[in-house]
Amino acid sequence: MIKNPYSFQAVRVLNFYDETAIDRTYELEWNDPVVLGQFFEVSIPGAGEAPISISDYRDGVLYMTIRKVGRVTDAIFQKEIGGRLYLRGPYGNGFAMDRLKGSAVTVIAGGTGLAPVRGLIERLSLECSDGLELLAGFKSPDDVLFKSTLDRWQERFPVHVTVDHGSDQWKGKTGLVTQYIPDLRLDNGVSRKVIVVGPPIMMKFVTLELMKQGLDESDIIVSFERNMSCGIGKCGHCKIDETYVCLEGPVFAYSKAKHLID
Amino acid sequence: MGYWMSNSAFDEWLEHLWQEGEVFGPTRFENKGAFSDTTLYSYGLIHSRNDLVLDHKTYLSPKAAAFPIRETLFYFDGDSATTPEMSERPIYVFLRACDINGFDRLDNIFLHNGPHVDPYYANRRNRLRFLLIECTDHGFKNCFCVSMGTNITNKWHAVVRLADNGIVMQVNNDLAGEEDIINELTNGLTLFAQEIDEFMPVFVTKNLTQVSIPSTEKLNNSIFDHPVWNEYTQRCIGCGRCNTSCITCSCFTMQDIRYDERRGERRRRWASCHIKGYTDMAGGDGYRSKTGERMRFKTMHKINDYYKRFGTHMCVGCGRCDDVCPEYISFSKCINRLTDIIAEKEGK
Repeated sequence: MIKNPYSFQAVRVLNFYDETAIDRTYELEWNDPVVLGQFFEVSIPGAGEAPISISDYRDGVLYMTIRKVGRVTDAIFQKEIGGRLYLRGPYGNGFAMDRLKGSAVTVIAGGTGLAPVRGLIERLSLECSDGLELLAGFKSPDDVLFKSTLDRWQERFPVHVTVDHGSDQWKGKTGLVTQYIPDLRLDNGVSRKVIVVGPPIMMKFVTLELMKQGLDESDIIVSFERNMSCGIGKCGHCKIDETYVCLEGPVFAYSKAKHLID
Repeated sequence: MGYWMSNSAFDEWLEHLWQEGEVFGPTRFENKGAFSDTTLYSYGLIHSRNDLVLDHKTYLSPKAAAFPIRETLFYFDGDSATTPEMSERPIYVFLRACDINGFDRLDNIFLHNGPHVDPYYANRRNRLRFLLIECTDHGFKNCFCVSMGTNITNKWHAVVRLADNGIVMQVNNDLAGEEDIINELTNGLTLFAQEIDEFMPVFVTKNLTQVSIPSTEKLNNSIFDHPVWNEYTQRCIGCGRCNTSCITCSCFTMQDIRYDERRGERRRRWASCHIKGYTDMAGGDGYRSKTGERMRFKTMHKINDYYKRFGTHMCVGCGRCDDVCPEYISFSKCINRLTDIIAEKEGK
């Protein structure tokens, strides 16, 4: 029998914990190679399948931070420890770590956009924390992801968290991420890469602001979110121009991404 | 070697094909047309000479022979997934040069795009036997295969031509790598047909509709903001008929069907870039909300993006999209308009 690329593999849920009221991180048993920035097609048979990016991978554990927003993710949230999720993948290119290592790295993430770069930030903070900086924006204090991780990171490198709308208890920054870009250490005479992940509108204005700050577009890296339905370049849903996000992406240099217009 | 069969011998030959395989071709569906008491001409099962309709263009293309409207990818039962048994029966398809070229376009997506081969398409594709129908005069209304260079093919297994009181056929002895299929056809024909002189298929050399494809360099993102697309937003209702009738549209969407708590099946079904929801992601965000933007996306795919990826244009000029559009949008006119817009920009 030929290998069926649409078929899934049952994967055990080792643990899960809520990040916010609607975001939950699942830890899954996984022992095959994965590149940070790649995604899986995760399914619950009967409910359907959805592309979900990995938030980290280490020691045989795959981390996925999933937002409960539809039929498939509703069904995923029914799963308990010891239960199974059904995966095929990983797909896509992921982040090229070796190309980041020689540079200072700034990460600008919006909302759940922090999830696909969580593992990458962790890895960079351990291997080359000099020049690492994170600017993360969320809608409200209740939407802040990975709170304890952010606190831990804060001890090792500059972390700026802002929320669109604060609350009485919120002591941090408020406003859109774009307004804090001028405060970042973007021009300190070192080779720097800036990774931008988030909703389309946020990525658009962040990249424009970065250009304004004098960043070279080849030093800006973005990760796209699209409806990657098959993940293997057949179904057509994620195609932009002649590019298939599931095959050539989801991670792109901005010099390429700026030409990808839906 | 050519072959002649009387109509009744042709029917016997078809019956012979049906013993081992399946036969599809252009046929008629009485009272199934868009309006009352009209006939729908589309692809269907061919059991006799009377079923085969050669003087009308079909509403749907023959692509379902290799890429069905919906198909089961696998059955699930708890943790296990079982792929359906794949048939080995040959699929004989009566089709025209544009559609044979259309299968070549589908091959690029399903067999060659990305590291995976689509096993369902590959299985059916290997079972296809192309029985070429020649087009007469200028082809049909809205055809523009000559402009697309798809009026000609050498990938036919046999060519079929109507003759007085019967059918004449010729097998393609020059088709490299397909000798087994040619032998299988020859052996079958020898049982039912009389041998005649060899002949070669005749292809149309001129259509009533012609297009001029803009060069891939000149047709670029700068056209995205052109007001021409607003006209399509006004006109297109996003019904997706152009996609479903197209021989080269290959998009699909997954769908789970549940039998009970544990068991069910995952299917795929044709999807359309013109229909609302095509780009929607979890949470509701999507792209190309205007139908004009979808028309632009499809047009670029058919005559620009695909070329950049595979070195050939996706559109084969069958003109079915023009035939079936309820809003009378003409794809060939759209192509020519883009060429005109670029010429105008260059001050020609």
